[in-house]
Amino acid sequence: MSAPSAPAAGVAVSGGRRLAPREGEVIDRGAPLRFRWDGREHSGYRGDTIVSALLAGGVTVFSRSFKYHRPRGVLSASFVDPGCTLQVGDEPNVRGGHRRVEPGMNVRPQNVWPSLRFDAKSANQLVGRFLGAGFYYKTFIKPERLWPAYEQVLKRFATGGKVSPQTPHGVYDKRYAHPDVLVAGGGPAGMAAALGAAEAGAAVMLVEEDYDLGGHLRWGDASQRALAAELVAAVNAEAGIEVLTNSVVTGRYDDNWVAVCQRRHPDRVGGGFGPAGSPVIERLVKARAGGLVVAAGLIERPYVFEGNDRPGVMLSSAARRLVKLWAVRPGSRAVVLTANPEGDAAAEDLASAGVEVARVLDARSGGDVVRALGARDGSLAAVELGDGTRVACDLLVTAVGWSAPTSLLNMSGDRPVYEPRAARFLPGGRLPAGVYVTGGLAGDASAERLVEHGRAVGAAAARGEDPAGVEALGVDEHPEIFRGRTHGMVDFSEDVSSKDLVAAAGEGYDSIELMKRYTTVTMGPSQGKLETVNAVAVLSEATGRSIAETGTTVWRPPYAPISLGALAGRIHEPVRYSPMQPWHEAHGARPLVAGQWIRPEHYGDPEAEVASVRSGVGIIDVTPLGKLDLRGPDVPELLNLLYVNKWSKLAVGSVRYGVMCADDGVVLDDGVTGRLCEDQWLMSTTSSGAATVWEWAEAWLQTEHPGWRVQVTPVTTAYASINIAGPASRELLGRLCTDVELSGEAFPYMHLRAGTVAGVEGCWMWRIGFTGELSYELHVPAGYGLHVWESLLAAGGDLGVGPFGIEAQRIMRLEKGHFIVGQDTDGLTKALGAGLDWLVKVDKEDFVGKPEIAWQAGERYQRLVGLQPLDGDVVPPEASQIVQGERRIVGRITSSRRSPTLGRSICLGFVEPELAGAGTVVTVLAPDGRRVPARVMEHHAHYDPEGVRLRG
Amino acid sequence: MMRIPCPYCGPRNSSEFAYKGESRPRPEVGSVTPAQWRAYLYDHANPEGWVAEGWYHRAGCRRYLKVERHTLTNEVRSVTPAARP
Ligand SMILES: [Zn+2]
Repeated sequence: MSAPSAPAAGVAVSGGRRLAPREGEVIDRGAPLRFRWDGREHSGYRGDTIVSALLAGGVTVFSRSFKYHRPRGVLSASFVDPGCTLQVGDEPNVRGGHRRVEPGMNVRPQNVWPSLRFDAKSANQLVGRFLGAGFYYKTFIKPERLWPAYEQVLKRFATGGKVSPQTPHGVYDKRYAHPDVLVAGGGPAGMAAALGAAEAGAAVMLVEEDYDLGGHLRWGDASQRALAAELVAAVNAEAGIEVLTNSVVTGRYDDNWVAVCQRRHPDRVGGGFGPAGSPVIERLVKARAGGLVVAAGLIERPYVFEGNDRPGVMLSSAARRLVKLWAVRPGSRAVVLTANPEGDAAAEDLASAGVEVARVLDARSGGDVVRALGARDGSLAAVELGDGTRVACDLLVTAVGWSAPTSLLNMSGDRPVYEPRAARFLPGGRLPAGVYVTGGLAGDASAERLVEHGRAVGAAAARGEDPAGVEALGVDEHPEIFRGRTHGMVDFSEDVSSKDLVAAAGEGYDSIELMKRYTTVTMGPSQGKLETVNAVAVLSEATGRSIAETGTTVWRPPYAPISLGALAGRIHEPVRYSPMQPWHEAHGARPLVAGQWIRPEHYGDPEAEVASVRSGVGIIDVTPLGKLDLRGPDVPELLNLLYVNKWSKLAVGSVRYGVMCADDGVVLDDGVTGRLCEDQWLMSTTSSGAATVWEWAEAWLQTEHPGWRVQVTPVTTAYASINIAGPASRELLGRLCTDVELSGEAFPYMHLRAGTVAGVEGCWMWRIGFTGELSYELHVPAGYGLHVWESLLAAGGDLGVGPFGIEAQRIMRLEKGHFIVGQDTDGLTKALGAGLDWLVKVDKEDFVGKPEIAWQAGERYQRLVGLQPLDGDVVPPEASQIVQGERRIVGRITSSRRSPTLGRSICLGFVEPELAGAGTVVTVLAPDGRRVPARVMEHHAHYDPEGVRLRG
Repeated sequence: MMRIPCPYCGPRNSSEFAYKGESRPRPEVGSVTPAQWRAYLYDHANPEGWVAEGWYHRAGCRRYLKVERHTLTNEVRSVTPAARP
């Protein structure tokens, strides 16, 4: 439907709104293009926005409003235009007043059903009284059981387009920049600031939200356009200025950390990232600016009166931009309400475009409109004036004042102050060093004076000088005009009227911050840029307080919407592999993501891998195991401090198991540390704890014990680590290692040796056993990892050697009753709860966590125990609760598996102390509601609790 | 994002650092009472104003630093090694 709004009588709309070529227009008439709107073909020119092209073609309704589904047309013809949010292809929420139209674009309306013309939800208009202030809070609270139903209802109210799950990933990017001066806003003052800064030697980044520099000069008179052209030429000629157009500063953070969203970045990215040649959809520039110059200009404020949201009612800046930038006639017969020179100029511009200006109402001398009357389709047909007369028109242009978008100043710590003489908020003068203001935000002046001010501020920013040295801009008198004698829309995005605000104030929501949250005023997509000051004014009127007393809401980042894609940027997720990864991939390993590591979960059949280890020998890649090289005479002091057990007497060639706790007594990590020689130790940590333990050791060394002579070096990836496990592991290792005596007498359990394996010198061999079998853990120089791995498999063919993965290791350690930190313990598990009574030595002078662990002995705490379901075929899922009676929770299952070795289910879990005795039968409540009786075992170990096998 | 002037690396984004909380002395383990120990573990002054806190330069020199920061403005007035005398 190319013309959803039926024309008012006598107004031709179809196709006839494009004007003859005009000076200053930004469209390229030599480049016509075609695109689709709502299923129909339309035409436009390069340089058109979606809205200017559609309006030129006679389309005046672009959306339906949020709550009441009222038809909405052009209001500001800019990025913040609330009624011009559209869907383009798969991209929702495109700002049609800003986005340039492209050939072949498929543009559709949002928030309409079944169509823009016949919108079923517009019935909401009839029930408007139910959707007033606090509607959501009042309606959707009780009863609680209906919340899912409410959710369905509320979902229908959500604006926004649709994203197809099939949408391909677009290309988004990030950039870091370090400009000496960053200028937000490319109007006359902003351009001049950039020039002033660059002339003072600064590297400048100039950011402009529109596609072109120039600001309001672009729709000004001939001399203003000439000044704009002169400034643009100077900016382009200045090598020290980088210009980002169609880009917006979305936030200012501590120390001038400035976020810039660069839309439609023209670079194309090829190879390896996104489709080759794809344009970057959005790029987030993170700039650390020496100085930030805020030159955001002013935003025109709508007038609040009955019918102010009808299509055909628009701001003077919208009408002027349409005429002068895109050569579009915004209507045929106009009424202009003006309170300032810009409104006067709008009346002239309309006349120059052939619009019949039926009436100019001067608000400075009492001119007013009371209401906008609609045609059957809701669009403007006439306005009613103060004396009751009606003037037929299809265009009402209002120019009743300006608001200062002080967002970036707020984010810098400033609070705007209301100036009644200028009828707007001004900067409050509480800016930190390095933040500067110029242009319309700072005051009113001629274009020439703005340029002079901008240039001086830019130079001050470049030199880091106090801006107080620059002569301040004054403000022009402007009448305070916010709401007329009728009620109308305040927030066009959220459909909040002045009547709603008065009602909310009557209900007691008479603070602007509370009113905002209660009514959602200023919380829509335009985020208060058009609405805030009107909301404040209506509240002040309702409460009898002045606007200054009422204050304003605080603007927070982002200043403009930014896509999640831009925030995410490219996907830089680091991944770590062991040197044996090529072998794993070639042999069907199923990958398991474990932190940053990708590890083999199994090679097809984990239970068979367990059987192979228990009966013969298997090898597992344990490279991710954290490894720290510790050197220096005071290492025993460090070990005694970090571990709960004693380390002073660890002999060279020995290894010991240790557990670390934090000072709150909670288990932090565990592992084995060996003494390689007199003053060198190798500490192993859990795979996930490698980085934490390194920082932990450094923390104690650097803060509490800087005098200790200890050097900690992370060597996790310097070694490839392989565990050889199973009764035949000694035989297998013996075939490849000839310089170390491996017999049980010469190389006993919990000892280490250095030797040559498969011709690789400098391998460390540790006799330890996480799986419960006789086993040797090899730490091989990483570059030889794959060689040693393949040599072991080649040498042990007759022994049945095969690889095993994480899952087989997890089954075997559970059979053996070894807990895993973070799986069988959590952030509340202190050492004694984990069953470490045998390990903790509270007679040590000090160790981290000692007081809490010592006190724990006198406290009541849950114990980690081995559990076996009475029915060995039932494996209760991990995290099942252990309950008493109906629902009293007395414990939980932390690990559970079917044990292929025992042919039954086995678990580790926590239970209350009264239930921790061997033989107690507890009730496990599975998530599906099943109740599984399980017996508490004497040991954590379900298999070989005496440890005969690993000591063999 | 605030910037922390690392005495070893120069001014760096705070995202390079790990925040370690307010600096408090660890009580003498031999004589501490549960109340004193738990105050050390859990009680934070959280003042509006200047606070001394630990920051670890994880993506830089890997030194633990004592940073004096104003909680209202994020102004940093001193950064020194965290070693306790
Ligand atoms: Zn550093």
